[in-house]
Amino acid sequence: MTDTYTRLVNSGAGRNLARKLGLPQPAVLRRYQPGQPLVVGPVVVVGNSPAADSLATELLSWDLDVRRHAVPAEKLGAIILVLDELEHPADLEQPVLSAAGSLRDLRAGGRVITVSRPAAGVSSPAAAAARQGVDGFLRSLAKELRAGATANGVLLSDGTTTTSPSALGAIRFFLSSRSAFVDGQFLTVSSPDGALPANTDRPLEGKVAVVTGAARGIGAQIARTLHRDGAMLVLVDIPAAGDQLAAVANEVRGTALQLDISGADAGARILEHAAQRHGRLDIVVHNAGITRDKLLANMDHSRWNSVININIAAQLRINEALLAADHFRSSPRIVSVASTSGIAGNRGQTNYAASKAGVMGMVRATAPLLAASGGTINAVAPGFIETEMTARIPFAVREVARRLNSLQQGGLPADVAETIAFLASDAAGGINGEVLRVCGQNLVGA
Amino acid sequence: MSIDGQSTPAPDESVRPAVSAPRRAVIVGGNRIPFARAGGAYAKSSNQDMLTAALDGLIARFGLQDERIGQVAAGAVLKHSRDFNLTREAVLGSALSAETPVYDLQQACATGLETVVGLANKIKLGQIDSAIAGGVDSASDAPVVVSEGLRDIILDLNRAKSLPQRLQILSRLRPKDLAPLAPGTAEPRTGLSMGEHQALTTAQWQISREAQDELALNSHRNLAAAYDSGFFDDLLTPYRGLTRDANLRADTSLEKLASLKPVFGRNLGAGATMTAGNSTPLTDGASTVLLASDDWADARDLPKLAAVVDAEAAAVDFVHGKDGLLMAPVFAVPRLLARQNLTLGDFDFFEIHEAFAATVLSTLAAWEDEEFCRTRLGLDGAFGSVDRSRLNVNGSSLAAGHPFAATGGRIVSSLAKMLHAKADAEGRPVRGLVSVCAAGGQGVVAILESV
Repeated sequence: MTDTYTRLVNSGAGRNLARKLGLPQPAVLRRYQPGQPLVVGPVVVVGNSPAADSLATELLSWDLDVRRHAVPAEKLGAIILVLDELEHPADLEQPVLSAAGSLRDLRAGGRVITVSRPAAGVSSPAAAAARQGVDGFLRSLAKELRAGATANGVLLSDGTTTTSPSALGAIRFFLSSRSAFVDGQFLTVSSPDGALPANTDRPLEGKVAVVTGAARGIGAQIARTLHRDGAMLVLVDIPAAGDQLAAVANEVRGTALQLDISGADAGARILEHAAQRHGRLDIVVHNAGITRDKLLANMDHSRWNSVININIAAQLRINEALLAADHFRSSPRIVSVASTSGIAGNRGQTNYAASKAGVMGMVRATAPLLAASGGTINAVAPGFIETEMTARIPFAVREVARRLNSLQQGGLPADVAETIAFLASDAAGGINGEVLRVCGQNLVGA
Repeated sequence: MSIDGQSTPAPDESVRPAVSAPRRAVIVGGNRIPFARAGGAYAKSSNQDMLTAALDGLIARFGLQDERIGQVAAGAVLKHSRDFNLTREAVLGSALSAETPVYDLQQACATGLETVVGLANKIKLGQIDSAIAGGVDSASDAPVVVSEGLRDIILDLNRAKSLPQRLQILSRLRPKDLAPLAPGTAEPRTGLSMGEHQALTTAQWQISREAQDELALNSHRNLAAAYDSGFFDDLLTPYRGLTRDANLRADTSLEKLASLKPVFGRNLGAGATMTAGNSTPLTDGASTVLLASDDWADARDLPKLAAVVDAEAAAVDFVHGKDGLLMAPVFAVPRLLARQNLTLGDFDFFEIHEAFAATVLSTLAAWEDEEFCRTRLGLDGAFGSVDRSRLNVNGSSLAAGHPFAATGGRIVSSLAKMLHAKADAEGRPVRGLVSVCAAGGQGVVAILESV
């Protein structure tokens, strides 16, 4: 649900008042509903490379109103800058300034997407400078956009093109309202693996997914979103949360598995349950996590240990069991929930940040192990999300925290869930070892 | 040979061969809510609330949302008259298909076990393929009844046609008519409470205070250990803030139990041995058991823990003091085992409901008594001994509490899980015996076998 302030400044009198006082004016973000149009308005594909042409052709097959040149004063849904052939920073000028002329025509909730090559690994200093330049350009542009519009980038590794399944999958995700709270971020497509869904409204049809920490908050929302996208669910939470877990399971037509993920046999029990009830396991979402905040000077054994144990050690142990299991071999997907605290740090959260940074380290190192079976592992790093947990933050602190991003509002559990659902889908098969932030481009951190 | 009791057929002269049903009825699993002491966490929960919660936990565990179950049967011992369709109302409030047929059953403390037996029989006969058995009781939200005098006046008022008639009827009202009748556990034909009845039996079998306290201690220790090992992780769903049975005292000791004053049989003086520690407290709670044919369970990839093999009911003439009120299982078990060609030595687990510690001990004593077994059961000698290391190994009613109709479901689900695990570990079929005594001098017993 949109917060009270955002509702206020989007009503007639409130809007005028906020404008006159120069107060932040967060937009009500467009969020995904099955069946809604992917993009409202024309999509302009900027760029002259063959990859730009083939992308434009592909987008036409999605029934989008695709343009290669903007018509002045016509409202646009999205601008895609295909920058895959940059050799020198000077090459940026033409496409960037061409897009600049259309920015004022971008609709509320519009999208800007860059498609470029990663700077790492290229030998030419000039090419590396140009490629790295896209990073700074995009992150700055994201901060300039207003009215719920976002800017994100797709990075194409060697061996991938604009029409690789996961390049298209990422572009589709960034274009759609599923990425409402993802802003100023890059996603690297590292392989041509993956497949676009037969039914874009149910991209997880027939998949068996486990979600840990599913009894409430973001976990419960992940369960709802994966269910909506067609997955069959096994929902895990500690036995003490069993009543809430049962309610979520009955809502999403899944099964409830009460277990403590920090137990030594947690991985085996999850696999056993999935194997018995579904004969296989396709997706594991490591969402369960706890906070035990204390300044380090006051930190004790139990606060430190329980956070490390549940937030990262349990994931490591369960992944070990998954990687060894016969039932987790067919293009498996693991998605872990990290946190922007693990990127930027947070006062009072040395334990939590260590565990969440640990998740990111684990994801990068586990990626090659899963690639062997066509699998992927990725993480999402939520920023300020409106949950029961953040609702307990004192009012003033909370009010400041939720405005400290380019979208000037907190995200919803659904925003995290949509990103996870994308990373868990076949369309993300070529995206491996990535950490994608769902933070509205939080001003702290990378 | 003529005996003054209820004869037990010798195995070789069984009237029927061991029951060979056309197909099996298997226990898929169960779910209950933690049991609360009366007036505790569930003081404001109705039977319907608790039964619905227990059902919803079961549905979530096994993914039964929108499933049309063959039949659901459950009941409550303390039941409001408005709850004539208690189980049906609970099913309608659950995530099951609204097209699931239901019946209510009431057989005192044997209600829960009797629903398992009845539904298992329907599955064996092919009448249904799936079933949920259950029971619920609230001693907190118990029905309060108006006095007979007031009830009479209200009914007459209802029939009255004129104002003078009504005034005349109302004039019969006396202050004493306004006192409500609280529910009690007294036997209508003897006026004795269940505890007082058991005190007579306890004295008859000379069950010592120490033996009773030791049984109670084991119940608490076993139940606490079962919780600590995660045994209940897939048998229980928390409810209203409770995650364990509220009656469980993991830290109790023989000293603490020995310090309690007797509450039943106090007229026996020094012979009074039954305390609040070795008797079950009034309890609120609900339990459910999912039963199925093999085909139904296989089609849904559901686990199969144990089969419901056979069951037997018995009743005793406690009114004339021939037997103790809670001693019916003493007669039911020998008959059941004879029919199945089994002895007590053929069982790996015994689940004997701990209405009172002395009930269990009196039952065991009777089976070990040659004279009793010869003259009352018509056997050649003692029926046999129960290996204590196989008795109520994960705790029973003394520790968990005893919401009357919910106890059968608690025992059956737990035993089915234990049988399955032991059979898995030892690679052989494993058998368990369930025995539940009930008010009115009744008892129901059943045999489960690992699948």
